[in-house]
Amino acid sequence: MNVLVGVGSPTDSPAAIERTIQRAARVADELTVAILDPDAATDESLTATVTATLDAHDITATTRHIEGQPGSELVDIAESEGFDEIVLAGGQTSPMGKITIDKMVEFVLLNAHTTVTLVR
Amino acid sequence: MNSDRRYPETVSGPFEEPPVRFTDREGRDIEIRPYDGSDEEYEALAAMYVEFDPSDRAQGIPPGREARVRTWLDGILAADCYNLIAWDGDTAAGHSTLVPDGDGDYELAIFVLQDYQEAGIGTHLIESLLGYGNSEGINCVWLTVERWNHAAVSLYEKVGFETTGAESFELEMAIRLAEDD
Repeated sequence: MNVLVGVGSPTDSPAAIERTIQRAARVADELTVAILDPDAATDESLTATVTATLDAHDITATTRHIEGQPGSELVDIAESEGFDEIVLAGGQTSPMGKITIDKMVEFVLLNAHTTVTLVR
Repeated sequence: MNSDRRYPETVSGPFEEPPVRFTDREGRDIEIRPYDGSDEEYEALAAMYVEFDPSDRAQGIPPGREARVRTWLDGILAADCYNLIAWDGDTAAGHSTLVPDGDGDYELAIFVLQDYQEAGIGTHLIESLLGYGNSEGINCVWLTVERWNHAAVSLYEKVGFETTGAESFELEMAIRLAEDD
């Protein structure tokens, strides 16, 4: 299975990113990690988190950087490049502990024609 | 959450402050008072949430397993939170809570045990919590609610909450208790 992981929504913690990539790697024959934040500073720290995760768990993946609207870019890449599944971190919670789904994740859920997995 | 949250300009209230005693629509004598930090009250609240109907969960809370309930309660019963419990004798019938959001404002949630719903307890729990929060110097309170939960949305609107975010899965609503400091 050809799996596309998106990381870098504003609420993704390093732990959430690691958990999400690990889960995706379990089902992926081919894994691509898309880093969604075009801001240079966060892009650098996201890239470091992704690299550390791949190294620590001996996961082989292609890493790429996405500019523009992350939700629509992810959906577009998944469709145009033949991905079978999109995997995102989906366990963000409010201070109260309520699970919240951010706008990027909602966009992908509603617009993707592939399976979408939210990792908690 | 986001620190650029919008709040209504108009101040709501005044609201009743705890302790509040009343007879609910089923004739039960109910008292609402702040959580006193004791083991007895903690255990009564844990028992309420263990008994909670899973279909009445909202966005993953209360959690479904007792161990997770206790972990969750440890967070929201911390010293920097404000908690009210509605008592029917020694039974915790409802609970409302304000949890700091890190931006100087508070997130609100309210839960009423199934046997005690639709008896007027929820309205008192939320109004007295807003009164309690105001007396403790809180200016702004927000919450999220699933958009299909019309009963909850109506209750929040009745006490003065306004919808401030409608572009997500959940509705975000907010209320102002006092002018900014």
